[in-house]
Amino acid sequence: MLRALASCDDLQHPQLPTSELPGQHTTQFIHSTPTFAMQHVALNAERLVDQIAIDLRHYIDDKGLQHPAMVGIHTGGVWIAERLHTRLNLSQRLGKLNINYYRDDFSRRGLHPVVQPSELPFTVDDQHIILVDDVLHTGRTIRAALNELFDFGRPASVHLVALVERSGRELPIQPDVCGHHLHLAPDEQIKLNGPDPLKLELIAT
Amino acid sequence: MIAPIRPGPLPASMQLTEDGRLRHFLTIEGLPATLLNEILERANSFLSITAQPVKKVPLLRGKTIFNLFFEPSTRTRTTFELAAKRLSADVMNMNINVSATKKGESLLDTLRNLEAMHSDMFVVRHEQSGAAQLIAQHVAPHISVINAGDGRHAHPTQAMLDVFTIRQHKGDLTALRIAIVGDILHSRVARSQIHALNTLNTGEVRVIAPKTLLPANVRNLGVHVFHSLTDGLKDVDVVIMLRLQKERMTGALLPSEHEYYRLYGLTPERLEYAHPDAIVMHPGPVNRGVEIASEVADGPQSVILEQVSNGIAVRMALMSMCLGIPSGVAA
Repeated sequence: MLRALASCDDLQHPQLPTSELPGQHTTQFIHSTPTFAMQHVALNAERLVDQIAIDLRHYIDDKGLQHPAMVGIHTGGVWIAERLHTRLNLSQRLGKLNINYYRDDFSRRGLHPVVQPSELPFTVDDQHIILVDDVLHTGRTIRAALNELFDFGRPASVHLVALVERSGRELPIQPDVCGHHLHLAPDEQIKLNGPDPLKLELIAT
Repeated sequence: MIAPIRPGPLPASMQLTEDGRLRHFLTIEGLPATLLNEILERANSFLSITAQPVKKVPLLRGKTIFNLFFEPSTRTRTTFELAAKRLSADVMNMNINVSATKKGESLLDTLRNLEAMHSDMFVVRHEQSGAAQLIAQHVAPHISVINAGDGRHAHPTQAMLDVFTIRQHKGDLTALRIAIVGDILHSRVARSQIHALNTLNTGEVRVIAPKTLLPANVRNLGVHVFHSLTDGLKDVDVVIMLRLQKERMTGALLPSEHEYYRLYGLTPERLEYAHPDAIVMHPGPVNRGVEIASEVADGPQSVILEQVSNGIAVRMALMSMCLGIPSGVAA
């Protein structure tokens, strides 16, 4: 059973200890307490997108990426990519990936629900691609997305943007730009609801 | 020996798991509209794979699919094979000709042998009605069976690709008038189409045919019957032409092919009775000059070749749904 604990917007308990790392937006959830607390930063998804838009602009300039193309991963990644694409005023049309047919859990979990088909309205060959997802957790979604991208062509480079990066990585995949870092126990999940407004939600399983 | 079975309405449990997922795909009769819609939506999500330079997804990697064709077929077998390959399954094509007398026995022998090769799915085409159902009843529990046409009974994947093509061109089925023209009596395609269209609440389904080419109980299928082509075509949005199944005809059902074309052949002039932007469909192979004029088959309203392309996506959807039951779900 999934039990929604609280919307992250409401999670502010200043009396609980913080473990923020210097220079990073990091939140430690206290697993022994029934109420999950988020320190200092209320995880407002819309505000995180604002921050990412600024960071990503700097990132693109630093790396000198010429005419990068943005690709959102269905469904949450597309919501974020749509906002970033508008803010950054990118010249290439936004791409969308449905990674369901590239997942590695087909024989265990079967087919996932139908989402919109993949759509990459540009040539992938020699393109700088900015891949956008909502929550980076195990890294398996990104692995699947990379495999799918490469079935469309050979990009010049691929960069990863995540709204939230949480603990629990199972593959050597890290974001290049990310809105927030979270330490969560394996039985805790963070989920993006949307598209309007975007809202992060903590769930304990 | 196993007793021959009479295909009729199957209990839903024959094709579905306890939680309503597709396990076998044998007939459209008895399947809920929600499931038919899921098949169509999934097929739509597979269409884009054709646009990829690498036209393949790794979904069914490691699965083995046997195409068991006891009856000749080019288009259906090829599209099933392509669908399996685009899903990265290993696919084997078996063209099996069995003698009429030993059918039951050798069929089961064949099955046991193929099961021993660790197969996951059988795609079955057979000239006897009920063959796919019979096989589904006797396969090992982990194997799925898809009916690729059995006798006069059903051709459910063809019906789904037809519905898919209609929706692509015309959208909502509830507002449409659809006419199925020709040899309804021998057509497994027509039977499956009628079930699919009625399950999805099509506005009006008509059948147009001479009395000799209609089954006795045809009105019970929920269709309006016309014997005159021009009367039946009036204001329809979709015209589905059927192949005159000469090889299945016994006795004098028709005076001649020429006579049939004179009365029921779809010519450009007759097509004008339909809605001006009506689409013309045909499951193939086309008998030009028998049921349809070349000008119509190759004309601007024809979507016959799109049906073939869509067949791949629809069969990918069905294969992935049947093989995509999570382990632990009771069959």
